[in-house]
Amino acid sequence: MRLKINNIQVGYDDQTIVHDLSIEIPDGKITTIIGANGCGKSTLLKAITRIIPHQAGTVILDGENIQKMNTKVLARELAILPQSPESASGLLVEELVSYGRYPYQKGFGNLSQKDRDMIDWALEATSTAEFRKRPVDALSGGQRQRVWIAMALAQETDIIFLDEPTTYLDMAHQLEVLELLQQLNVKEGRTIVMVLHDLNQAARFSDYIIAMNAGHLIKAGDATEVMTNETLRDVFNIDAVIGEDPRTKKPMCITYNLLKSEERASKKSEVHDMVV
Amino acid sequence: MKYFRKIPLALQLVFMFVVLLIVMFVAISFGAANTTLADVWYAIWHSSDDEKTNLLREIRFPRVLAAVAVGAALAVAGAIMQGVTRNPLADPGLLGLTSGANAALAIGFVLVPNLDYSGAMLACFIGAAIGMAIVYSIGSSSKTGMSPLKLVLAGAAVSMFLQAVADGTGLLFQISKDVSMWTSGGLQGISWSAFVVMPIIIVALISSIIISRQLTILSLNEDVAVGLGQKTFVIKTMMFIIVVLLAGAAVSIVGNLAFIGLMIPHIVRGLVGADYRAIIPMSMIVGGLFMVVVDLIGRTMNAPFETPIVAIVSVLGLPFFLVLVKRGGRFFA
Repeated sequence: MRLKINNIQVGYDDQTIVHDLSIEIPDGKITTIIGANGCGKSTLLKAITRIIPHQAGTVILDGENIQKMNTKVLARELAILPQSPESASGLLVEELVSYGRYPYQKGFGNLSQKDRDMIDWALEATSTAEFRKRPVDALSGGQRQRVWIAMALAQETDIIFLDEPTTYLDMAHQLEVLELLQQLNVKEGRTIVMVLHDLNQAARFSDYIIAMNAGHLIKAGDATEVMTNETLRDVFNIDAVIGEDPRTKKPMCITYNLLKSEERASKKSEVHDMVV
Repeated sequence: MKYFRKIPLALQLVFMFVVLLIVMFVAISFGAANTTLADVWYAIWHSSDDEKTNLLREIRFPRVLAAVAVGAALAVAGAIMQGVTRNPLADPGLLGLTSGANAALAIGFVLVPNLDYSGAMLACFIGAAIGMAIVYSIGSSSKTGMSPLKLVLAGAAVSMFLQAVADGTGLLFQISKDVSMWTSGGLQGISWSAFVVMPIIIVALISSIIISRQLTILSLNEDVAVGLGQKTFVIKTMMFIIVVLLAGAAVSIVGNLAFIGLMIPHIVRGLVGADYRAIIPMSMIVGGLFMVVVDLIGRTMNAPFETPIVAIVSVLGLPFFLVLVKRGGRFFA
């Protein structure tokens, strides 16, 4: 395991959002963090990628504490695609993707041949080469997301983090993005770590799932270990019926109900007992 | 516009620079006293005692060069502010920098009656920094964070307050005339002595070109910038210093002037796109060009009287601002 998170605590001001969480990210796999809104999954992702500082604990990459690493050196090891980055830019697709080479550049940032090759490759891999001369914000949501992924690819890192890469996309485009990530994982051996909202997508595409509730780790494991009635009750306060996807043979949540408030309350205290 | 974008950036810059030189040349030849282009050409290369050459060298040359410097400084300051804050409405005149500089200038005159150019400049830098700091801290103080409109509202309120401080100080200590000579927003009476600020403007402009790549990354999204390995705090601090130096220096030369920093970068985006590596150098040229033209109009429209350039800029700037707001921050939609 290259990336290890030890007893990490993250928060803003006096509010703690992630409590004493330890986890190891498996190399060369797709890992997905799931959990209810506000459970701290994005915060965890940001803390691992030093976008926000953590207050206690350590994030270790190849034996080095990332908070003590040179940020540009770290940017050659892990890339992060934040949640719905503002499309604010009238940048051309190839301009945006070329900024993925930033961690390798000095001075004015003239592109070397290697940089150009990586940019071309990233555009090809994400099927965005055909609109490389178009402004990013003239593209559809799905295309735009693929362009941002191309930028992360141009960064040439073994580990790629994505915060809800499917948000605001329709069903078909969601799948398109996830299949692209899967391809990168299988063909290139990239480690992918992402936050997803859709449980069934998480189960279908992930080798490893991290389930969180209220800033605590509830369960980590493969889809069959995490997609259980019990875990989903602890994570989302739902009563889920788990079946099997007839095509992928992965577990899937077929239907669910909200738990009644008294059940919830009792569950919550149990959750806390468990982690404390 | 579309065809212009297809030309390589270096050629675009050379082309616009040549246009700037031609316009400067023409602008120098126009004025209350009759001079020809030939006179201007002669005066560039010869210093002599005849009246025309002296007039050109001592009055017109510094005036037009100062116009270029001020236009470039304000345009680049606006471009940087728009990039860092991801706020299309940012402008040194709208966000409290110039009025802060004015207020500091007025106070400076009270404390040091014979304030020289360097002293005035220093006062302007301090005032610009304070003005910007106040506006940003108010604009980002609410729980929902900073929004373009909130910043502009904070800017309007703080600008009025600081302007009142400047005016009040002027009246109270009976130095209104001194202060307004500085801050009336014009280039009348500019002489070479005003050029002590030039080295600062030049250094700040060069720094802004060097830092322009960082600005593009920062303008995308702060998290993206961190993820790419940018030391965002260091970079933002450098940008802040550059903006304060540019805006402060501009005020020390020309006084109060809003809208240039707002308009020029948007026009430039229409020419060269959204990459600040292109926007920054192009803003210098187009900003300089714009200022020379506006000053020329001010000098000639109602000659021999000067029409205040503030009035001309505002007549152009306000409609521009309104269109920008209506189109959600894009002038060329």
